[in-house]
Amino acid sequence: MRVLKFLLQKELRQIFRDKAIIRVLFVMPMIQLLILPLAADYEIKNINLGVVDHDHSEYSRKLVNKIISSGYFRLRDYSPSFQTGLHAIEKDKTDLILEIPAHFERDLVKENEATLFVAVNAINGVKAGLGGAYIQGIIQGYNQDVRMQWIQFPRINPQPTIEVTFSDWFNPNMNYRVFMVPGILVMLVTIIGSSFASNNIVREKEMGTIEQINVSPIKKWQFILGKLIPFWMLALVVLTFGLTIARLVYGIVPLGHYITIYIFASIYLLAILGLGLLLSTYAQTQQQSMLISFFITMIFNLLSGLFTPIESMPAWAQMITRFNPVSYFIEVMRMVVLKGSGIVDIRYHIFAMIGFALFFNTWAILNYRKRSG
Amino acid sequence: MKQFLIFVKKEWLHIWRDKRTLFILIFMPVVQILLYGFALTNEVKNAKIAIFDQSKDQATIAISDEIAASRYFNLIKNIHSYKDIEATFREGKIRLAVIFPLGFRNDLLHTNHAQVQLIADATDPNTANMLTNYATSIINDYQQSITQNQQLPYTIKTQVRMLYNPELKGAYSFVPGVMALVLMLVCAMMTSISIVREKEIGTMEVILVSPLKPFRIIIAKTIPYLMVSMLNITSILLLSVYVLDVPIVGSLWLLIIESILFTITSLSVGILISNSAKTQQTAQFTSLMSLFLPTLLFSGFLFPIENMPVPLQVISNIVPAKWFYIIVKSVMIKGLGFSAIWKETLILIGMTMVLLGISIKNFKIRLA
Repeated sequence: MRVLKFLLQKELRQIFRDKAIIRVLFVMPMIQLLILPLAADYEIKNINLGVVDHDHSEYSRKLVNKIISSGYFRLRDYSPSFQTGLHAIEKDKTDLILEIPAHFERDLVKENEATLFVAVNAINGVKAGLGGAYIQGIIQGYNQDVRMQWIQFPRINPQPTIEVTFSDWFNPNMNYRVFMVPGILVMLVTIIGSSFASNNIVREKEMGTIEQINVSPIKKWQFILGKLIPFWMLALVVLTFGLTIARLVYGIVPLGHYITIYIFASIYLLAILGLGLLLSTYAQTQQQSMLISFFITMIFNLLSGLFTPIESMPAWAQMITRFNPVSYFIEVMRMVVLKGSGIVDIRYHIFAMIGFALFFNTWAILNYRKRSG
Repeated sequence: MKQFLIFVKKEWLHIWRDKRTLFILIFMPVVQILLYGFALTNEVKNAKIAIFDQSKDQATIAISDEIAASRYFNLIKNIHSYKDIEATFREGKIRLAVIFPLGFRNDLLHTNHAQVQLIADATDPNTANMLTNYATSIINDYQQSITQNQQLPYTIKTQVRMLYNPELKGAYSFVPGVMALVLMLVCAMMTSISIVREKEIGTMEVILVSPLKPFRIIIAKTIPYLMVSMLNITSILLLSVYVLDVPIVGSLWLLIIESILFTITSLSVGILISNSAKTQQTAQFTSLMSLFLPTLLFSGFLFPIENMPVPLQVISNIVPAKWFYIIVKSVMIKGLGFSAIWKETLILIGMTMVLLGISIKNFKIRLA
């Protein structure tokens, strides 16, 4: 126990004397939490609209007005022909062209049917899909308006209609930040946990100071714990810091308990730090360890469900997410913060995480060699 | 010249002999492309849902079957009480609940009006929107089928055409983005770390006393990374064409030349970072903070730039990856020629000049 105490003392001094590290530890989360959520806004709005109106009628003007007043679209281009409209799409000036054919009004009133053409820049599939759906919805609404003008509907529906009502639970204002901020916080803690810890050991290897530890009467587990505990504490401090920013800046107050988050986070960090230590036993130089830990955390973060929903992934990728500690923490964060889930709801996540922690740390201890070469 | 080549060879051996790093450098883009291409999509499919059917009649069963058969939904639970709905959501099991009231078919046939309630888990707003859209359209289809497609008067039809990417595949926007990301990472981060490493270990001193001009030393350091980048560009393009079916519509040569230009820009960023950083850790974190994150955020491939607050939009202009992303998108996917991207090309050339200029001016021949 005394040995461990000395080791901890050494590690903590080393960390706190390196001003650059302390700066990175606290400035990085600040910047990430303040900028990322502002930038990571997937919400589809401000779709740039180009209009090619061959009809120039009252109806076509009303339609365009209705589309713009919906709030989803911004009129950016008004072209005389489809060709010039397409140029605007090529230059990324517009995302979507609405072409109103000549005699649109006449066809609609006299022939009972008219056709509109919509062309969407689909390089970004999600935006294109939603943009197309929005404009079709607005056109349908407009269609309804036109019908109302011409026909008097009977009081009871002549045809069976199904009315669909919907409610959005847990985030009724559809606030994207409430969704992103907890996830980003997880990503942050993960990066700090895995890369700092692994860099730290490899640095001792590269500098040669590890020799001194190897020849001293320190047990393997003491050495590993001595590296683990300081970063575990640091990451929890960063988490606290992050949760405070989330609360003060974004007004995100978890529906569940902070205690639930901390209980899970402390187990999660053991797992992630174990992973970092494991990586460090394999790397020889800092360049290697940085690249490896960057590579692995990148895969973990991409496959975590932070940016894209896990259900949409193919079966093999979903299998991988089962073995990805990050995806568990992100799920837990969102459950606790947005849905108010408690310990009982996340019990399986906790069991899984204890498994990860034991697995990575045991492997790391077994793989750490006191002999060099 | 011979001395210069020897330095290039030395640098190449550094990379070549570190098999782990080399392995990651070469396979990182492959893994990224495969992940982005196959695993990461914003499309919603197989979303877990539950149905609470209180009337269990012909109509509700028909609609439920339609919904369960759709590729968007995966029916995992039949709920039997209102209390269950909330519990199921709270455990994170479902994304959407469909609720049919009592006597659904009766209402539909006798009063011509029946209600369905959809409850979405809006923690992820976009997914919630898409799910309600899909479910609504399935229900509308059912309604159409019972009215036998009677043509309503004054109907406006809409024909929607998806340009460039008719199947709405995510890969079309990810491939150019991953190219920018990987090149930035390999060139800037790896060069800066490898230069700083020589400083940290002390071998820089040996190199600085050699007869080669200091700036040539730095150039020699970048050339192997330029070669690795070329390899990465090739593998990304091959994968995207043959595995992801994302075609190269425009000129391949134009695309390659622009990629080399961007590689040089990234290398000069790396040199600039290495000038100021003293330890490898600082170099790494500076690269991560000033390159990786901005590239991810501001190139426009993950997050739409036009949604960001104005100050961030302004910042996005100084991120080289943003311009490269526009270039790749225009050439590779839209099939445009040089006339469409000369402005972006000029901006990249300008950035490279400025970056190299600052680096040359600040390059220190003496160690502190």
